[in-house]
Amino acid sequence: MMAVAGGGILLALFIFVPLVLGLAGWVLGRRQAGFSRWLTLAANLFNLCLAAVLWLGAAGATHFPGLAAPGAGSPWLAELHVPWIPGLGVSFSLGLDGLSLTMLGLTALLGAMAVLSAWTGITKRVAFFYFNISLVLAGINGVFLATDLFLFVFFWELMLVPMYFLIDIWGHENRHKAAVKFFLFTQVGGLLMLVAIIALAVLHSMATGAWTFALRDLMGTVVSPVIGMLLMLGFFAAFAVKLPAFPLHTWLPDAHTEAPTAGSVILAGLLLKTGGYGLIRFAVPLFPAASRAFAPVAIGLAVAGIVYGGIMAYSQKDMKRVVAYTSVSHLGFVLLGIYAFTPQALSGAVLQMVSHGISTGALFVLVGALQDRIHTRDLDRMGGLWAQVPRMGAAALVLCMALVGLPGLVNFVSEFLVLVGTWQVSPVATILAGLGLVIATVYALRLFQTAFHGVPRETWTLADLSARETGTLFLAIALLVLFGLYPMPILNMVGQSVSGVLAVIAAGGGA
Amino acid sequence: MLSWTWCIPALPLAGFLLLAIFGGRFPKGATAAVGAGSIGLSFVAATAASAIFMVSPPGGGSFTLVLWQWITVGGFSPSLSFTLDALSVVMILVVTGVGFLIHLYSTRFMADEEGYSRFFAYMNLFVGSMLILVLAGNLLLLYLGWEGVGLCSFLLIGFWYKDPENGRSARKAFIVTRIGDVSLAVGLFLIATTLGTLDIREIAQKATSQWQTGSTLAVAVAALLLGGAVGKSAQLPLQTWLPDAMAGPSPVSALIHAATMVTAGVYLIARTNALFTLAPPVQLAVGIIGAAGVLVAGLSALTQRNIKRVLAYSTMSQLGYMFLALGIGAWSGAIFHLVTHAFFKSLLFLGAGVVILALNHEHDIYAMGGMARKSPFTFWMFLIAAFALTALPPTTAGFASKDLILALAWQSGSAGRVFWALGLAGVFVTSVYIFRLVFIVFAGNPRTAVAEGAHGGGGHAAGRDGMQAGAAMGIPLAILAALCLAGGFLSLPHDLGGTPYLLNFLHTALPAETMPETPLRTEWTLQLVSEAASVLGIPVAWLVYRRSRRVAAVAARPAAIVRFLQGGWGFDWLYDRLFVRPFVWLSRINRRDVVDRISDGVGGLFMLLSRAFRWTQNGRVRWYAAGLAAGAALIVAAVVLL
Repeated sequence: MMAVAGGGILLALFIFVPLVLGLAGWVLGRRQAGFSRWLTLAANLFNLCLAAVLWLGAAGATHFPGLAAPGAGSPWLAELHVPWIPGLGVSFSLGLDGLSLTMLGLTALLGAMAVLSAWTGITKRVAFFYFNISLVLAGINGVFLATDLFLFVFFWELMLVPMYFLIDIWGHENRHKAAVKFFLFTQVGGLLMLVAIIALAVLHSMATGAWTFALRDLMGTVVSPVIGMLLMLGFFAAFAVKLPAFPLHTWLPDAHTEAPTAGSVILAGLLLKTGGYGLIRFAVPLFPAASRAFAPVAIGLAVAGIVYGGIMAYSQKDMKRVVAYTSVSHLGFVLLGIYAFTPQALSGAVLQMVSHGISTGALFVLVGALQDRIHTRDLDRMGGLWAQVPRMGAAALVLCMALVGLPGLVNFVSEFLVLVGTWQVSPVATILAGLGLVIATVYALRLFQTAFHGVPRETWTLADLSARETGTLFLAIALLVLFGLYPMPILNMVGQSVSGVLAVIAAGGGA
Repeated sequence: MLSWTWCIPALPLAGFLLLAIFGGRFPKGATAAVGAGSIGLSFVAATAASAIFMVSPPGGGSFTLVLWQWITVGGFSPSLSFTLDALSVVMILVVTGVGFLIHLYSTRFMADEEGYSRFFAYMNLFVGSMLILVLAGNLLLLYLGWEGVGLCSFLLIGFWYKDPENGRSARKAFIVTRIGDVSLAVGLFLIATTLGTLDIREIAQKATSQWQTGSTLAVAVAALLLGGAVGKSAQLPLQTWLPDAMAGPSPVSALIHAATMVTAGVYLIARTNALFTLAPPVQLAVGIIGAAGVLVAGLSALTQRNIKRVLAYSTMSQLGYMFLALGIGAWSGAIFHLVTHAFFKSLLFLGAGVVILALNHEHDIYAMGGMARKSPFTFWMFLIAAFALTALPPTTAGFASKDLILALAWQSGSAGRVFWALGLAGVFVTSVYIFRLVFIVFAGNPRTAVAEGAHGGGGHAAGRDGMQAGAAMGIPLAILAALCLAGGFLSLPHDLGGTPYLLNFLHTALPAETMPETPLRTEWTLQLVSEAASVLGIPVAWLVYRRSRRVAAVAARPAAIVRFLQGGWGFDWLYDRLFVRPFVWLSRINRRDVVDRISDGVGGLFMLLSRAFRWTQNGRVRWYAAGLAAGAALIVAAVVLL
């Protein structure tokens, strides 16, 4: 069971390039801090190029050796299998499909944005900082690629530790408490998932006599409805914490607020998406029957999160806390879209992960830039900033409109797809979620106006966005508009993955 | 022939991009050239497209241009497509034509303002979005324009952002209309899932063949669309944002809050008339909302002190006539009134802008007076617009459209008679409030030092009449006045020997009216009655004005009924208590997130427990030994006893 296809080995690069370059940066960067920065950026740019090349290959635009033709029977575009612990049937298995590729592209993009946002802001233990960034990105890429559940848990935990350090070492005032809270919430969820995975593997080996952790094999495991529900809940716990779903969201505002800017970008843009990805890749396909039974609850939690997150966002005084709660609200749309089990809703959920990743990542870059300048995130101390920083204000305006879900930006397309897909299942949930759109207007306008309009409450002297910051935000905004008017590249890319999941659900088999 | 029509909205959008990216570095002249020029070019393109359309009408009366497939997921596949038919031709001509005049006016009006390029960037984005709205062949694309104009409205109401009060008004406008927008969006979900398309023409065909008249589905869809329309067009019960929207610069009020954006609701209903025909109860509701709005807003206009708020309530009232027309199925009549209203209401706002500028941004009419002598040109322009609003000769614009609506209402059954009576009362009220305004602002002598100094230097633009302020402001006023005088010839009533050119043209896109043709004698009678109501309003307005000249009556606390009308019938008060305060209260009280308290509580419990057991780890061997012994004893005891 060595590497199956030539394309497979490329998949490992997504993980090992950041890992190796990050490590090199740490070692070399102890003398020359700039080294670590450049190496981390290089790793992300490499991954971005790799993703772009694979994307073109997968879309059929170019022939790419080793890449399966789309629709060639296998759900995977490329696979890699290397035995790891043969006795337990554990292997280092990676698989790439449209969904993974989309998320990998997003990771590389936001990884680069995160590095750029930290470029001058981080002065303490610089090399170790970028090592942690690289490590967490490697872990995230692993999560998006792993097709072996044991390996998946390994990467899942790999993301956790560096993120803990990022918050705990480079965070703001209450960083220790926030870091511990983040660690505990994620860890408890992760442990429940681990138990469920082991139980599933045991049940599978009892039924077939063979040990395996491969997703493909475990998908066929027959378990009783009760056991299936329990195991599904184990997975759901881990992913719902990460997403985060109401009422497991409370670690997020603290973690976001205290994390350094780059940490917030990765946290909001990518880490949260591993929750949605996990649900689509593992929780639903492994337990279709249980997922179907559980769907009303999940939809209820999603709607509660959309509305509750929105109301909470309105009242926050800390700018980062506002954005954190808007994430709770917007990821409610992801949860809603996943459990509506319609093509529009599920495609919308995936697209929402991308659009939220870009827009909220950019919003954190912006808030971070502002905080670097005035050393506060307290909205009550801002006001009238437009006069001094019109470029920053304009970027904030566009990103706040992304929060509102203004048509023309990709956020609108994803939310509209989720809602139009959910309508077929539950009009009531759709209308309540639609209420979230009104609340989004309320909090987004408050955020924008309090900071940039009105009378200055204190006298700040601040410079407008630098070229580096302008470039980063401009790129993000351009992508939001581009995909807002033409989202088809992404929707086509994830189409097969979406229909695969829906086919499993519709088949009605399994647990 | 028409495949280049995409550039009609693209030109203003290009102007927006230019100004947004480089505007800060442009000199004022370049900004004005880009800002007004892009709309001018767009007007030329729209005129050319319209000419081609009229000379060689495309088959089926409409031309569709598909730009690209926007979204395709599992059978849901809206495209980015534009439709050119009689309705959209009329709309693009109004939007670009009136839009260009207002842009031209703004190049001078805004000349001394900070953020000159920001203003034109927003205005261009607005016109681009509005053109997308009216050209969209697909409800999802229409929704894009719909939200785009809402954003621009927000940005331009709050253009003078340093005043938090402007920000509040801007926010209110966005949020209130957004409530309607969500209703519209839900309507789209319902249409998309039941009919499987959002293409406007397909919707009309499929709905007519699949839905029964009056079926629940048809009623629900029409009601949801109506929710969007009342939000955008500031009709009951979502009308409260429009008076506050007057916080924006006067050209903004003229363009967005009079001529174009607020008529989007009327356009939407006319565009989806097939759905409303299938839902008679909702169509009746449209008429009731309109007829009620005519009077509710008209009476409020009577009592306002702010010159622009008078005009804002007047706009709501006039939009009420359009809704009334839609309610009786006079689709083309509603659009005709939309067109003439665009002429006279933007002229009123631009004229008011000249007055306001001359008085150093004074808005209180009781601080004005005698402006006719100070600014004769503006006075005459304003007077022509006032005549058009009250449908009085020699202007023809308001007369032709309003009397058409009233005559059709009279002809359309018993509900129509009620609508006619309410509309007639509205005619009288309209005449009173607008001539009250004319007398107070333009007649007599200046009341205050500000008005006194209107001519005498003291600042840049102050004290200049429209003509003196330069051609940029004077020419748009004159052109609009000419349109007010002649606009009625687009469709003069047939008893006056006119030919309904515009109505005939619109009938190629909109269903013709179904009510019986008005007999000549009835038509004359109705016109006479309505004109009499208008004329009667003038002496009444004079009496009101005479009374207001006694300053005491003005300064004193107004009577309760006046305050009630001034405040817009208490809707703000009610909504504040019903929605705003509970939401803010709920949000504030839970600022620290009750769910977080619970999870922190769990953490706290563990902390407490750990503190409770901390004494057991004190490092003394004797204690540990004693603990071990005690534990062992307990286990032994347990084993023995059980």
